[in-house]
Amino acid sequence: MLLGKLSWDALPLHQPIPLVTSLVMVLVIFSVLAWIALKGYGPYLWREWITSVDHKRIGVMYFLLGFIMLIRGFADALMMRSQQALALNAPGYLPPEHYDQIFSAHGTIMIFFVAMPFMIGLMNFVVPLQIGARDVAFPTFNSVSLWLTATGVLLANVSLGIGEFAKTGWLAYPPLSELKFSPGVGVDYYLWSLQLSGIGTLLTGINFVTTILKLRAPGMSYTRMPVFCWTSLAANLLIVAAFPILTATFAMLLLDRYLGFHFFTNELGGNPMMYINLIWAWGHPEVYILILPAFGVFSEVISTFSGKPLFGYRSMIVATMAICLLSFVVWLHHFFTMGAGADVNGFFGIMTMIIAVPTGVKVFNWLFTMYGGRIRFEVPVLWAIGFMVTFVVGGMTGVLMAVPPADFVLHNSLFLIAHFHNVIIGGVVFGAFSGYTYWFPKVFGFRLHEGLGKAAFWFWFIGFYVAFMPLYALGIMGMTRRMQHYDVAAWQPYLLVAAGGAMLIFCGIACHIAQLAVSIRTRAQRRDETGDPWDGRTLEWITASPPAVYNFAVLPDVKGEEAYWLIKQRAIRAGHFAKEPEYTAIEMPRNSPTGFVTAFFATVTGFALIWHIWWMVLLGLLGAFATFVVFAWRDVEEYEIPAEEVARLDRLRRQVRQVIINPEART
Amino acid sequence: MSAAAPAAAHDPHRLGHHGAGPHPGDHGPSPKRIIVGYGFWIFLLSDFVLFSGFFAAYAVLAGATAGGPSGRQLFDLHSVAIETACLLLSSYTCGMASLAVAARSQLWTQLSLIATGLFGLGFLGFEIKEFVGLIEQGDGPQRSAFLSSFFTLVGCHGLHISVGLLWLGTNMAQIFTKGFTGNMIRRFMCFSLFWHALDIIWIAIFTVVYLIGDGR
Repeated sequence: MLLGKLSWDALPLHQPIPLVTSLVMVLVIFSVLAWIALKGYGPYLWREWITSVDHKRIGVMYFLLGFIMLIRGFADALMMRSQQALALNAPGYLPPEHYDQIFSAHGTIMIFFVAMPFMIGLMNFVVPLQIGARDVAFPTFNSVSLWLTATGVLLANVSLGIGEFAKTGWLAYPPLSELKFSPGVGVDYYLWSLQLSGIGTLLTGINFVTTILKLRAPGMSYTRMPVFCWTSLAANLLIVAAFPILTATFAMLLLDRYLGFHFFTNELGGNPMMYINLIWAWGHPEVYILILPAFGVFSEVISTFSGKPLFGYRSMIVATMAICLLSFVVWLHHFFTMGAGADVNGFFGIMTMIIAVPTGVKVFNWLFTMYGGRIRFEVPVLWAIGFMVTFVVGGMTGVLMAVPPADFVLHNSLFLIAHFHNVIIGGVVFGAFSGYTYWFPKVFGFRLHEGLGKAAFWFWFIGFYVAFMPLYALGIMGMTRRMQHYDVAAWQPYLLVAAGGAMLIFCGIACHIAQLAVSIRTRAQRRDETGDPWDGRTLEWITASPPAVYNFAVLPDVKGEEAYWLIKQRAIRAGHFAKEPEYTAIEMPRNSPTGFVTAFFATVTGFALIWHIWWMVLLGLLGAFATFVVFAWRDVEEYEIPAEEVARLDRLRRQVRQVIINPEART
Repeated sequence: MSAAAPAAAHDPHRLGHHGAGPHPGDHGPSPKRIIVGYGFWIFLLSDFVLFSGFFAAYAVLAGATAGGPSGRQLFDLHSVAIETACLLLSSYTCGMASLAVAARSQLWTQLSLIATGLFGLGFLGFEIKEFVGLIEQGDGPQRSAFLSSFFTLVGCHGLHISVGLLWLGTNMAQIFTKGFTGNMIRRFMCFSLFWHALDIIWIAIFTVVYLIGDGR
């Protein structure tokens, strides 16, 4: 068969909701493409963004990808909340097979395609600037990482219109996810989209570990690195150590599904619980891959807006690395009910509680940083304070569930759902928005609208509590997760309140979009002229806003912690900047379409594998190899920015920064 | 200009001092060879983690023969010994290629790499023969969880060898057409790291799968 399993039946012609949504999606994509074509933006986008290997632009594209997927994942959330609000002794409006796809897609998208791109986007933009580097260690691989993530996103979303998505939950536990019980293409969409984006994530991990360890500016020793760099280092070490486990686990499930192996089946010695152990050996480090960079963001934000160095800088580093290690010895708390026995459960319960210690150290460090500081309540700080309150609540419910006997009662209930939304929204999402508001002026050269930013914060903050506190109660009342309908009347009021909370969060997202639109329209009044809008302390604020492509005309000479703060204070005391350096030409990596083309072939391969179109698999793999060879064969990898151009840009930067050391000079 | 050249060696980042303070980070960014080698080491570590996933699965499922044959009945240590010899010899010739690259000898580099490739192909041939034999006698990966995990672990190594051979060919063609440029030397360094790392994995497979399996 030329097209494998693919036929007209794959289109959702008889299911109005997926049909309409996918038509709307196709329409939106085509109108955006048409708009780009009509305006003639195509060549610009290709030259400056799609083929860009600049870490700053890649960071922006990651963040944009995350935000678009946030809207998609949130649409799923609204559907779930409204279905459950309606489905007391009633079928609601979503049939079970559709509802199951929605909660699976919601979890998958929110973790892999929202939280991860948000955090990797921030790391991409900020880390090289903070360590005083001109780019990451492997700029072209960075672009490959981005576009492979986009491949995963594309495949997961194509499943909406062609075929179906997994109905197995976001981790696709076997035996349900085995071919026998999930014969459709849903699980295959899930597996291939995550396998391909997982390669991208692994490359990101390798790239950033190397960047942070080997590309730091002179004098930037380990104990002078900003905490965000430390937490990014920890997160990327976790990526390197944990993502291969995910790849191996999914590979085994794929072999079961495609070639009839028996890793996780019920027959011939297969062991489904092994999948659950393996997936959580990745899955628990994964939550720290997400939260550690967010901790870094809050450290930067709280220190900057309190006008003080971070309290307990070194204890912060120790706490970060302790969490990094401990994250690998707690995985079993996700399934105490496996029946491993009291000793094993006791060990993992205690290890889990121990993680609360370094996390507590961090919370106290943030509080002590604020104590005695002159706090400016700008939007990034609101997110940070909202985080501290919310995250502590979420942490405590987590410790509660770390007690195995309590977990036997709460396992798989809405209490768990409330707990992890509590830490992921309150931690990762708040961290992403804090960092977004904080670094936005550095990225684009103008600040975001403050009023709308505050409105977004309050909608999210209150909306979160209204949406998820009822879920804690429901969990204790015995409501399990993933219910398409139910027959306990006492639950419905709580579910109605939760749906209201989701609507508040919807307003929050609307405020974000409005904030972006308004800020772009009024950007002339919001210019960040000096490059240091918040009175920053770390090296990214020494550059212009937006930074020149090479970041630093000459590499900064780091003399202590808070590299930029020291330089700034010295200049203010002296009344002038350091002597103008001798500018030389700078070599920067050339842009390359390798990432985009590789991802194109990866998408072709993935789609072909999902639908068993074997000739197309071969074609995709050959294309990917050819791309690799063409990339490897190029001779000129760098281009040179002449010394005069560097001097011109840097003199401009020095000139606009005069107001920092001499505020009266502002005219 | 002549005065600036030695100064640049002491002060590559033009800081006004040579930057070598007491801390490891004081020297500034590392040279490209270090960065590439370091990054590749990190990749190899991640690859080891991937293999350890398959090793773990094998360890869990090794006894799950579902009434089918166990390793003792299936493994032919004689053939595995020749296979191992092929792989170790290919690593030896790969080491020779490193020396030839260091001596910038195109002829010896190509010859050593051809030998490396042939030994690699020999290894792969024996492995394929073993797999085909097992499948033909009805002991394929679908027979039991033990055989699933055996085929996956050993096959994953074989897949790495195959990709390595593809890379080897590309690398040879590149060194042949472009000569010993900095890029080519760094890529060859990565390839040889990869090739030796696969030996380490094989030693683990040889021990855990074949030796222990044969004694079981």
